[in-house]
Amino acid sequence: MFVSYKWLQEYVNLSGITPDELAEKITRSGIEVEGVEVLNEGLKGVVIGHVLEREQHPNADKLNKCLVDIGEENPVQIICGAPNVDKGQKVAVATVGAVLPGNFKIKKAKLRGEESNGMICSLSELGIDGKLVAKEFSEGIFVFPNDVTVGEDALEKLQRDDQILELGLTANRGDCLSMLGVAYEVAAILNREVKLPNPTVKPIAEKATDYISIKVEANEDNPLYVAKVIKNVKIAPSPLWMQGRLMAAGIRPHNNVVDITNYILLEYGQPLHAFDYDRFGSKEILVRRAKAGEKIVTLDAAERILTEDHLVITNGIEPVALAGVMGGANSEVQADTTTVLLESAYFKGETVRKASKDHGLRSEASSRFEKGVDPNRVRAAAERAAELLALYASGEVLEGEAVVDTLQIDPAVISITLEKINRVLGTDISIQEVKSIFTRLQFETSVDHETITVTVPTRRGDITIAEDLIEEVARLYGYDHLPSTLPSGSSTPGHLTAYQQKRRAVRRYLEGAGLYQALTYSLTSEEKATQFALEIREPIKLAMPMSEDRSHLRLSIIPQLLEVVKYNVARQNDRVALYEAGPVFLANGTEELPDEKERLAGAITGVWEQHQWQGEKKEVDFFVLKGILEGLFAKLGFEQKIEYRQAIVEGMHPGRTAEVYLAGEKIGFVGQLHPTLQKEYDLKETYVFELCLEAILSEEVAPLQYQSIPRYPSITRDIALVVEKEKVAGELESIIVEAGGKLLKDVHVFDLYEGEHMEPGKKSIAYSLKYFDPEKTLTDEEVTKVHDKVLTAVKEKAGAVLRG
Amino acid sequence: MQERLKELQEEALQAVDAAADLKKLNDIRVSYLGKKGPITEVLKGMGKLSAEERPKMGALANEVRDLISSKIEEKQQALEAAAVEARLALETIDVTLPGRPVQTGNHHPLTRIVEEIEDLFIGMGYTVAEGPEVEKDYYNFEALNLPKSHPARDAQDSFYITEEILLRTQTSPVQARTMEKHGGKGPVKIICPGKVYRRDSDDATHSHQFMQIEGLVVDENIRMSDLKGTLELFAKKLFGEDREIRLRPSFFPFTEPSVEVDVSCFKCGGHGCNICKQTGWIEVLGSGMVHPNVLEMSGFDSKKYSGFAFGMGVERIAMLKYGIDDIRHFYTNDTRFIKQFKLN
Ligand SMILES: [Zn+2]
Repeated sequence: MFVSYKWLQEYVNLSGITPDELAEKITRSGIEVEGVEVLNEGLKGVVIGHVLEREQHPNADKLNKCLVDIGEENPVQIICGAPNVDKGQKVAVATVGAVLPGNFKIKKAKLRGEESNGMICSLSELGIDGKLVAKEFSEGIFVFPNDVTVGEDALEKLQRDDQILELGLTANRGDCLSMLGVAYEVAAILNREVKLPNPTVKPIAEKATDYISIKVEANEDNPLYVAKVIKNVKIAPSPLWMQGRLMAAGIRPHNNVVDITNYILLEYGQPLHAFDYDRFGSKEILVRRAKAGEKIVTLDAAERILTEDHLVITNGIEPVALAGVMGGANSEVQADTTTVLLESAYFKGETVRKASKDHGLRSEASSRFEKGVDPNRVRAAAERAAELLALYASGEVLEGEAVVDTLQIDPAVISITLEKINRVLGTDISIQEVKSIFTRLQFETSVDHETITVTVPTRRGDITIAEDLIEEVARLYGYDHLPSTLPSGSSTPGHLTAYQQKRRAVRRYLEGAGLYQALTYSLTSEEKATQFALEIREPIKLAMPMSEDRSHLRLSIIPQLLEVVKYNVARQNDRVALYEAGPVFLANGTEELPDEKERLAGAITGVWEQHQWQGEKKEVDFFVLKGILEGLFAKLGFEQKIEYRQAIVEGMHPGRTAEVYLAGEKIGFVGQLHPTLQKEYDLKETYVFELCLEAILSEEVAPLQYQSIPRYPSITRDIALVVEKEKVAGELESIIVEAGGKLLKDVHVFDLYEGEHMEPGKKSIAYSLKYFDPEKTLTDEEVTKVHDKVLTAVKEKAGAVLRG
Repeated sequence: MQERLKELQEEALQAVDAAADLKKLNDIRVSYLGKKGPITEVLKGMGKLSAEERPKMGALANEVRDLISSKIEEKQQALEAAAVEARLALETIDVTLPGRPVQTGNHHPLTRIVEEIEDLFIGMGYTVAEGPEVEKDYYNFEALNLPKSHPARDAQDSFYITEEILLRTQTSPVQARTMEKHGGKGPVKIICPGKVYRRDSDDATHSHQFMQIEGLVVDENIRMSDLKGTLELFAKKLFGEDREIRLRPSFFPFTEPSVEVDVSCFKCGGHGCNICKQTGWIEVLGSGMVHPNVLEMSGFDSKKYSGFAFGMGVERIAMLKYGIDDIRHFYTNDTRFIKQFKLN
């Protein structure tokens, strides 16, 4: 809502308060003023001029040479390019020395050899949005009515010597979509009076009810309909001040009748509609739900196909307006209109909202009905419009009005105790203070001891419960006066759950290991949704996606991370190493919520370590990423329960991918991206992993318990085993561990050889075995006994031969 | 004999003095002090001496031996020290060359903000509550006093999957779920961080996915002044000790009264600058007293219990705090961006 500071003064005395101060006060008490616009900012020297002569510029087809009286001693010559400039017009002239928006200074100039002493202005040159300029002037200069005086300030005439407060209204404050509503609010804040308009109409003897009758078939949607008839109107431009106020409020002027309905909409917040009585098509207004498939051409020339959800005004035969949204073209007020049928009605917000949404038509009217108009202003607004039609369209108002009224107006009556107010707010306000706040709001009150009963005016439909009254008290009392305290009840221990703690530990570990945390979108394309998914279900699709790229919920994080890797590689960001922890979404049919499973995924590519001056460089490989995971499992305390199995995973390199098992359950995979995909993403060797985070974080580990530090030395034996190339290290290790029994404390690979000195098809793996007995120092014989067992086992079970 | 010993002593000391390395010195030790050395030789002639001269001569021989021995020892130490010096000189490196880099990553800036806020409220007795991102219409709207017909509910603004299921548009459903779980018994003190989704086109200030963090306290006798005090602590912790807050009345369907909370500008201290748009204040969160309908729907007796709730956009906080100008940075994950948020 754009609120004119000058206009507002008609209802509330604003003396002593600047627009900026007013804006601050309004903001602090509940309605955010998003800006204060000075309409004539940076403008000066624009006066009314009278075009005395106009002739074609001798050297330019599209220019006019004009002689303009600007109220000075002599008329001045001005060259004007506007197509509509003509002799006899009153126009806005930016005189020499004037400044226009954008610090555009008007100087004496020569245009194609002809002197020009100023500029005849269009409204957009005066800083008015072109969309708000009346159609007839939108392509050229603005022509003033003849009664303006030459030499006067043109901007004042256009109501530009004003400041506009832009209110950002929350959904509950529809009451402030009107000047009167704002006036009540401002009066309460300033503790001043509200002066309401008091329309006086002198009707002619003819009765409105002889011209029109009303029938409402949808009383629920339209409990109150008032129709007035005004005869002998003369369609003309509305007065300049009215046009100025409309434009400042963001509404384009049309003609006096339409402008007056819009003016009342701004003043009372009550949308009105003017029909051309002679084009209405009958003497009966019938309000009903539309029939399915019924059509109406609205004022914007669009044909709209209706459903039974939409409320229409009809002439008994066909729709003439989409109720509360927009009128029909068939009954539009036009230049030759003489009799106006004026509608002021109460339409149910929900009904209007549905129509406005279905037809993508949001109008000044619909937004007011949606938020709820004041039922008590429906008649008053019609009366005020009739007054203005008489004044500014020379109309004759017919006696009375046609009405259908089934509206029950029940103002909310709410009681609240002082104790409750102070308990909710933490304040110590007195009953007198509370009462005075409601008096300022013009809410009727009665006080019984410490209980106050408030009758809420119908204009404030947002107030329905005691808490709403508390808010009114709080905002006018001032939140600055609220004390600062802390909750005083029973104390509660604050903590993270074990799961949350471990999740943080996982993040910190991965970051310590060199990975950056990424955060990507949950929405992706249908194709990518299921790529790399550890568990595949039908991907979940949005009902109305904004694009195909963001239409489905992800089942894996890897595709999103690959996009990030690609982005970074393309920007030559070195060492791209990322991880993300977050949910993937597994559908459970259309009735149930999906299972949201947290995954932990990572991707690395490029140089892993680079020691520049030492000349060392290490590209990422499978074992870099596997090492990071091994470290993670060790940190979480279950590295012994983890197993890696060579696996085929779609999208992954078939020879360089392992599935990860925790205590026999598959929890994810790690490996190289398939070269075909690498190429698609423009990547070099890239390694990725994805794990079920929940499986990792929920795995039970034994509580921490100190293990005594070994007091006896251990004995190490190294062996090199020659095996078939296909034999995997993991298998050999299991055999060794099993055969080594309790004394074998540790085993690890320290060499792998597949070179030329090997028999074809064979490889050599060297292990270091550490034997240890916590109870005593092992003898050589004891170790040899176990070690021989190990050697026998690998020979028998894996065909391994000890390398000479 | 006495002269011979003196001679030997003189000779040996000169040799020790001249010895240039440890090997030479050892040769000297062996040749003078060894079992076949000249001193032993001289002492073999002791038998020719008289009974009273013998001990004297023995003592003298020992004296000479000890002197030579101690000189050798002295020289040895000097030589060793010199050798160490020499070796160290050879081992000298250029300490200004760069070290071997240790690669570390770090949190995403949004996680950083979330954890900072979580930790602050955990310290005040809150727990961290989480909930589903795909949510029932009931928890996302209805339980929060937004019935199906409410004007603030436009299907255009939400990503619906079916009529009853959508991507949550706020983290508030976690509040509704948590209250419901409490079965009408307080206190409830939670902080709920999480991703939320709105049907917005992505640009510098909008993102279809973003993060919120909300807080909720429900107990007997929770007052609006408690909300003010709590948020004051929050503002000081997150934005600096000198920060003040200001409550402005506002409207949210799930709170009544509702307020927007501004923090005094941390850049200009309230004098006015481009960050605070010359107002001295920056809007950081929305909050209010839990609406009685919300309490009742979640099983709390609104006559006995009251509560406050507050919520904020994590991106906005991060953008303000770190001066980030485009919300899309958070989801592009340019490592040059993430890297800047090192310290944990
Ligand atoms: Zn500032």
